[in-house]
Amino acid sequence: MSEVKLTYQVDGGDLVQAGEASSKMKMTLKKLGMPAEAIRKAAICMYEGEINMVIHADGGRVEVEVGLDKIVIRLIDHGPGIPDVDKAMEEGFTTAGAAARNLGFGAGMGLPNMKRYSDDMEVDTIVGVGTTVTMRVDC
Amino acid sequence: MIEHSVILEYQRCRGCTTCIKNCPTEAIRVRNGKATILSERCIDCGKCIQVCPHKAIKSVGDTLDRIGEFKYCVALPDPSLYGQFQHLDDINIVLTALLEIGFDHVFETARAGDILADYMRQCIAAGSLKVKPQISSACPAILRLIRLRFPKLIPNVAQIPSPLELAAVMARQEAVEETGLKPEDIGIFAIVPCSCEVTAAQAAGASQQSIDVCLAARDVYLKLLEPMKNCKEVKQLSSAGVMGMGWAFVGGESASRLNESYVAVDGIENCIRMLEEIEDGRLPEADFIELNACVQGCVGGCFNVENPYGARMRIKKLMRGMPASRNHYDETQLSRDVLQGRELQYIPALLLDEDRFAAMEKLMKINKLERTLPGLDCGSCGAPSCHALAEDVILGRASEEDCIFKVRERTRDMAGGGDADEYLPAPFRHQLKRAPDDSPQSDVEHKGGTDQ
Repeated sequence: MSEVKLTYQVDGGDLVQAGEASSKMKMTLKKLGMPAEAIRKAAICMYEGEINMVIHADGGRVEVEVGLDKIVIRLIDHGPGIPDVDKAMEEGFTTAGAAARNLGFGAGMGLPNMKRYSDDMEVDTIVGVGTTVTMRVDC
Repeated sequence: MIEHSVILEYQRCRGCTTCIKNCPTEAIRVRNGKATILSERCIDCGKCIQVCPHKAIKSVGDTLDRIGEFKYCVALPDPSLYGQFQHLDDINIVLTALLEIGFDHVFETARAGDILADYMRQCIAAGSLKVKPQISSACPAILRLIRLRFPKLIPNVAQIPSPLELAAVMARQEAVEETGLKPEDIGIFAIVPCSCEVTAAQAAGASQQSIDVCLAARDVYLKLLEPMKNCKEVKQLSSAGVMGMGWAFVGGESASRLNESYVAVDGIENCIRMLEEIEDGRLPEADFIELNACVQGCVGGCFNVENPYGARMRIKKLMRGMPASRNHYDETQLSRDVLQGRELQYIPALLLDEDRFAAMEKLMKINKLERTLPGLDCGSCGAPSCHALAEDVILGRASEEDCIFKVRERTRDMAGGGDADEYLPAPFRHQLKRAPDDSPQSDVEHKGGTDQ
């Protein structure tokens, strides 16, 4: 079973730098010759996830497993957790603070977009402990 | 294999790492103390030419002597050329001087700009541009960058030639009709602002023969000064409008499309960032994306002599009082085929391997090797970063021993180890041992964002 593991750290509180990890991953996926559409979907999922981690969880870690036929992205944070996952999945629902909204983030589209662009998504969250979002993009 | 116009003058190169660090596509390595360009990765943006402190990287254009090779020679001046002269109040002086230095005819590239802008407005009005956002096809360096790094965006690139390509076709057509000579007796001389135009013309040369000679703006500039000063009778040759002139600087092409939401970007790094965003669909409201590899657009090209900001100011001044557009697209005069841009092909130069499985194995080796490198990205090995060195080693382009830190480690081991800091002057010895736990190593890991 061949898989390449990539790890990225995402710093909290820095919305300007958010997106750096997803663009690094994108470059790596291009060097591997992954299909363009899968790269795009993975990049969007990871970018949204990165923004979420920065806004809500003071950063975290991203683990990416690249296989021949799939890309699995795992976003791991030790933030506040999500009390009501179904509610959080609704388009337009947001708990982002004014600072993030002023920058044009926090439109309540993060998780819905991640769900839309991934082929499978799982959210494991414990309030007060943290959240792990696992997304799979098929190639 | 393509021919690049960017070349190295080996005597001048000192093997410093300025160019390798500044190259936006990591296309340069220092080997044996001299810089070398990885041909398939180079996009001819001219960044290295601008940053080289020893002026060792150059771009080669042709020389004016080639006028002798043709029966009838047409000069195609780029609109950015007009911004290179102080106190110029009439473009016709430049155009008349071009005739003085030996050309038989002048065809302004800006005329083709007028026509392309008009054609695009017609396409927009007809709703025939299906893919959004449209990306400008004017800058050859950007086109190469897209082919190399953003192949998914190839369908977004506007399906039109650059103003220079169109001007070349039209100029030859006109000259043939006017003189009755054979097309091959006509010499089409492009006066270009940057290295990427030279490469693009050479690459197209074999198939289309549209541009015969590429002259660097700075070379022509020197030849023009004298005849411009002594110009007695100014001929009325200028025949372009504001729309066509605007392609000389950033935002000009965008503005000529009228009523579109657009972003106009200049500087190669900014362009890369913008392409990343478009690729992820993060700019859904934009209709048009204009990307200029050079700062301020073509006025910032490495062949231009004047400061790009000043040049832009002068061109804007010359544009005052000019008609908006003096040339229009007419299907009966210009076939639609001429306005079809060339189809762009993906350049797989960044792939680790054509086979995905093999590529993944290589990536694993690269990441493993990178972890053993110091992570300083110092460039001493000749590669722009530790990651690039790791990649080079695994792809057989470099050896691990190119890293001076690795070599130092090994020599110390061979010398029998001993205290790790013995080689340091006395005041610095033992300091390392007393340093707290958060050594630089863990700091680097904290910063994150690196492939591990």
